Amino acid sequence: MTLLTFTLNGKKQSVDVPPATPLLWVLRDTLKLTGTKYSCGKGLCGSCTVHVDGEPRKSCTLPVSKVEGKTVLTIEGLGARGLHPVQKAWIEDEVAQCGYCQPGQIMTAVALLDDNAHPTDSDIEDAMKGILCRCGTYQRIKKAIHTAAEEA
Amino acid sequence: MNSIESKLLDRRQFLKLSTGSTAALVLGFCWPLNGKDSVSGEDVTFVPNAYLKIHSNDTVSVIMPRSEMGQKIYTALPQIVAEELEADWSKIKVIQGDLNEVYGSQTTGGSASVRTQYDRLRKAGATAKAMLIQAAATTLNVPVSECHAESGYVHHSRSDRILSYGSLVALANTLAVPKNVILKDPKAFHIIGKAYKSLDGVGKVDGSIKFGYDFELPEMLTAVVARIPKYGGSIVTFDATEALKVPGVTKVAPISAGVAVLAENSWAALQGRKKLVVKWNDGPHAKLNSKKISDDLHIALEQEGTIIRAEGDTDKALKTAERQIDLTFEVPYLDHAPQEPNNCTAHVHNGICEIWAPTQNPGAAWWAAKSVTQFDDENIKIHTLRMGGAFGRKLQSDYVRDAVEVAQLTKLPVKVIRTRSEDLKNGFYRPSTVHQVKVGLDRNNKLVSWNHKLSGPQDGWAPIITGGADELAYDIPNQKVSYVMTKQPIPIGAWRSVAHTQNAFVHESMVDEVARKTGRDPLAFRRELLKNRPRHLGVLDLVEKHSKWGKPLKDNRAQGLAVHYSFNSYVAIVIEISEAKKGLHVERVTAAIDCGTVINPDGVRAQVEGGIVMGLTAALYGEITIDQGEVEQTNFHNYRLLKMDKMPEINIHIVESTEPPTGVGEPPVPPTPPALMNAIAALTGKRLSRLPLKSQLG
Repeated sequence: MTLLTFTLNGKKQSVDVPPATPLLWVLRDTLKLTGTKYSCGKGLCGSCTVHVDGEPRKSCTLPVSKVEGKTVLTIEGLGARGLHPVQKAWIEDEVAQCGYCQPGQIMTAVALLDDNAHPTDSDIEDAMKGILCRCGTYQRIKKAIHTAAEEA
Repeated sequence: MNSIESKLLDRRQFLKLSTGSTAALVLGFCWPLNGKDSVSGEDVTFVPNAYLKIHSNDTVSVIMPRSEMGQKIYTALPQIVAEELEADWSKIKVIQGDLNEVYGSQTTGGSASVRTQYDRLRKAGATAKAMLIQAAATTLNVPVSECHAESGYVHHSRSDRILSYGSLVALANTLAVPKNVILKDPKAFHIIGKAYKSLDGVGKVDGSIKFGYDFELPEMLTAVVARIPKYGGSIVTFDATEALKVPGVTKVAPISAGVAVLAENSWAALQGRKKLVVKWNDGPHAKLNSKKISDDLHIALEQEGTIIRAEGDTDKALKTAERQIDLTFEVPYLDHAPQEPNNCTAHVHNGICEIWAPTQNPGAAWWAAKSVTQFDDENIKIHTLRMGGAFGRKLQSDYVRDAVEVAQLTKLPVKVIRTRSEDLKNGFYRPSTVHQVKVGLDRNNKLVSWNHKLSGPQDGWAPIITGGADELAYDIPNQKVSYVMTKQPIPIGAWRSVAHTQNAFVHESMVDEVARKTGRDPLAFRRELLKNRPRHLGVLDLVEKHSKWGKPLKDNRAQGLAVHYSFNSYVAIVIEISEAKKGLHVERVTAAIDCGTVINPDGVRAQVEGGIVMGLTAALYGEITIDQGEVEQTNFHNYRLLKMDKMPEINIHIVESTEPPTGVGEPPVPPTPPALMNAIAALTGKRLSRLPLKSQLG
């Protein structure tokens, strides 16, 4: 075991886990932050998306050793000081059905808006097409991203 | 100061002035003390029935007899109760009910939660309201007839006094429960029919709500099961030496479904499973593949079928028909693939088996636990957890059985999780079916004969394959529907809209083909055959108007239509597609639904949107295939879901109705694939009768 340190949701965090452990399982099992979801385990669906140094990353295939010294933001940290405009837009546009994929959708949308404050439909499709939603909430996701862009 | 505040001051005044009344004193003290009885310090809660708890801090807890999987019954069902209770919506909380026979069936399926719970939830709310009004009348020493309930208070207008529900709980608890209560006139509804935001909306965006996969108990282990890969296979031997070397792996042992790896955390369990060496016996189906299954289904159609609908004489009508049109349809197995894979937590200790399952079917979970443990009935406890999607998959209890068997290997609680690959390969699939349809037309091109014979891989109950096939809505004098079943080892189950998925595809493609071949407008043709079906016509009218049906379209565009009745609701869909160099694109979907009384119109829209996406996904990509006796699909790269860049614009229109509420989750799915295929036929002239599309388009 090696002690690995990174910044998690604004605080220094050390974990004593095998370095190859995917960040997803460190968040969920070691640190009890279960907002980040397991769904495919192969980086194919995006339910596990978190930010690493501000970039959206699929935590199910990202060894925790790769985030050593970096800054990680999860869905729990995003709204820690009051809901983020994207989270508010998600509520306003009543996006979620089951809600399971939505943390990954929201983290991806936040990263998009950080880069591009007023994305077009096609920008949104490009940024979001890797994040699957079996409930089929895509139309509302697109709308909520526009809502958040307008209100930010 | 608003009127409520001024009345509250009046109320305080009233309580101060009411001396000597025990009820008033208790009420007076428990109101500001947030749910604690002033004397005992205990929570005071009014429990008028199994669906409601009204607390002395005015909170109203609505207990859910069914489970939440994304269909938003955690909002729709409370709306029904709150309407009759005249509750303050901001005070409503939801509690998931555990398995309890007082609720009757707790199976969440068949788009049935609202339609089957509507009357009893209204009655539950109305009963509680009547008791609270009685309690208030007693407290104020006025006739019941002078009191009325509004937004969480009982009002006595003549004296301009009000009492909050919370202040009445202690007294209400002592009253007899009235047997007959009067329900509201739907014209007075002000909560039912409103697009309230989801009560659990915040939890779904801040990561705080817990699904089955997120469930945790102290000292809990996590396990994965290396499942027998081939149908009918078995374990010969296994070698756990390397698996047990993985830090955190605590035990490796066989269960009936395979070999379980127990560990202190998920990653250790997954790594242990990878290191596990198992020698499998391939079993009797090791050569089975999709081609063989398809051939079996086609050959079966040569046999005499079991008749499930017979009107007139189809054979004679076909023989004397002026023209005959035949088509053969085929649909594949489909997996539900909810975003949350199956999982279940179990704790077997001291003769007690406790289960925490994300399940649509707590009753089946109970039976699974009972059959594995044989414990006394009262020692099997089922707790229902929230599901990250289900679509019918979580009606099954195979994953509960796994968890109970694994839990028997340890004294600790254990959560058994599945990987995506295990989930996809071990489904209870929408069955693959083949349909032969022969129709006859008279010299006026009137449909006079409908002969539909289908074959499917039966696994017990035939309607899971034939449902809806015998309910053709069109007015055709001679109709025969029959089926032949083949035997396959692949488990099948209810997939969102069950057999309607394939039978609506057949009905709506065939009718469209007849319209096309006889040069008639598909909508006008359907209308003619649905003269006596006003609610079908209602949804057709709506989509005609909003899709601009029949109006000139841009170049390389076409529209397709389908209408279908299922789960007591009516849905019509128009899909507009375009063809460009890069292929076909679904541009726009217009849908109309008649689901009777609408509880939450936005919830209905969400379900229709989702159902359309699920139908499009099935039509475009959905296919579970078998090779060498096992499922080939292992993850989302080879079991594709629709992505945002392929998402059409969807517009939904709801028929205004005062009929009883009917299904919403499933009815939008069945008409979607045929509407797409009908659009393709309109655009290209090509009738595609096999799903999914991916196997037929370049």
